[in-house]
Amino acid sequence: MSGWSMIRIATILVYLFLFAPVAVVILLAFNANQFGGFPIEGFSLRWFEALWHNDAIVRAFKTSLLLGFLTSMVSTTLGTMAALAMVRYDFPGKRTISTLLVAPILIPEVVLAVALLLFLQALSMPKSFGLLLMGHVVFTLPFVVLVVQARLVSIRRDVEEAAMSLGATPVQTFFEITLPLMLPAVMAGMLFSFTISFDDITGTLFWKPGGVETVPTQIFAMLRNSISPEINALGAVMVIFTIALPLIAASIARVMAMRKLRASNRKTQAA
Amino acid sequence: MAADITGTRRAPWMLLSPSLATVGLLLIIPMLFIVVYSFWLRTATGADQVGFYLDNWIEVLGDRFYRDILFQTFAIAFYTTVICALVGYIPAYFVANTPVKSKAFLLLMLMLPFWISYIIRTMSWINILGTSGALNTVMLSLGIIDGPIQMLYNQTTVVLGLVHYLLPFMILNVYVSLDGIDKNLTEAAQSLGCTGFQAFREVTLPLSLPGLAAGSLLCFVLAAGTYITPIVLGGPRDAMFANLVFEAIVTQLNWPLGSALSLVLLALLGALVVIYTRYLGIDQIAKSFE
Repeated sequence: MSGWSMIRIATILVYLFLFAPVAVVILLAFNANQFGGFPIEGFSLRWFEALWHNDAIVRAFKTSLLLGFLTSMVSTTLGTMAALAMVRYDFPGKRTISTLLVAPILIPEVVLAVALLLFLQALSMPKSFGLLLMGHVVFTLPFVVLVVQARLVSIRRDVEEAAMSLGATPVQTFFEITLPLMLPAVMAGMLFSFTISFDDITGTLFWKPGGVETVPTQIFAMLRNSISPEINALGAVMVIFTIALPLIAASIARVMAMRKLRASNRKTQAA
Repeated sequence: MAADITGTRRAPWMLLSPSLATVGLLLIIPMLFIVVYSFWLRTATGADQVGFYLDNWIEVLGDRFYRDILFQTFAIAFYTTVICALVGYIPAYFVANTPVKSKAFLLLMLMLPFWISYIIRTMSWINILGTSGALNTVMLSLGIIDGPIQMLYNQTTVVLGLVHYLLPFMILNVYVSLDGIDKNLTEAAQSLGCTGFQAFREVTLPLSLPGLAAGSLLCFVLAAGTYITPIVLGGPRDAMFANLVFEAIVTQLNWPLGSALSLVLLALLGALVVIYTRYLGIDQIAKSFE
């Protein structure tokens, strides 16, 4: 056997290792067996139905969605502005600022969680949804900055300069030229921060007030008893949700790009 | 905003100020605060004694219990990192050298685990290794074992869970540096008489070391800072350092002690990051976002 085909087989095995356990979660979610494990006793949707009627889980889902949405809004707005500054301008202290912006990634999340929690408690702010939001914004922000920055570099400045030389004001240029060109980068940042927030458990367990659960902390709490088929079903929903969302977003982006391309083709043909 | 786009001196600072304020108020100041807080004392009544007491630090640095768990934490993080490096290099190499068409698909598949929740990927191993899990079921039906055996809740499963969680980080980082290598270099080496393996050892491997280092740093720091995996997949004796922090802060409500504990973790992992940036620069990690 050649070296290359051995590498290929090893690669397939590693990919299997990454996905097989998750595939088993999805498989067991449809299992009719009443104790969340093997053997497979037939296809059933009863665990998804049980999820739907479980108030705690539905509440956790709503909390996670709201938290993820607000986090992505705030940190994408802040992160995009920062990324613009980093890509478009030269200024003294840029390296320090850049380190400062990615600092939340470099600090272990546990430490970040402790620091924020204790600081706000010392200011006599109790644990709240607001604390959760602040925490999620801080640690998603660097990811947004990095993602948007990486995509922003590829936008050519001369298009903007052309617009301005043709008489567009800077504000017009920003909204008519820069922002549309930036949109994929901004969307990527939004999606990224949403998913990080939606999946987070390390910080969330520190910050969440008693009685408030997000989906990951709810799963964590349910695991303490024993693994129930409901957990597998919830896991399957999460997986479908977090994978479907980016894929849908990607295909929408592609359709939009195609349409734009066709429109501009038509324009050039008309001209 | 009007004149800013053309670039005045104030513009970048106006764009940066909301982010810098956020990081400053919600990260830098809180970090400084827990440094101060770690010298306070939690009294038996539950109130904080403000002052300069070394008690927390003497307890954290002097007590064997904390030292043992610290060693255990670093051992687990070390095993995880080494396994990730060994197991992750091969698929990274494969993806970097595969034809363009399947490359996009393989890369997408590598990104997918990042979108799947950490807690689900961790707990998924219970379905595989648990007493009613896939492995036991298969072995029972093949007659290899007579009754289900407990494979979960030990240090090995903690490492397994962490490898499963962190492997994509490693693969992606190694891939980025392998992909950046000029293919002409290995061809040149081979035309000068190197065997394929020699070319790999003398050219490709050294050039991919920055990616390997970046991936290792990420794996080590993320592994050493976790407390979820030991709770879900570990036994009672497999606590890691972050579990102590969680216990002190959330269960015992001893915040000054928790501050000191988290600062120890930060100092040790921070030292690693500083050494790394001194020699390789932080840019390598940022590359994997492109």
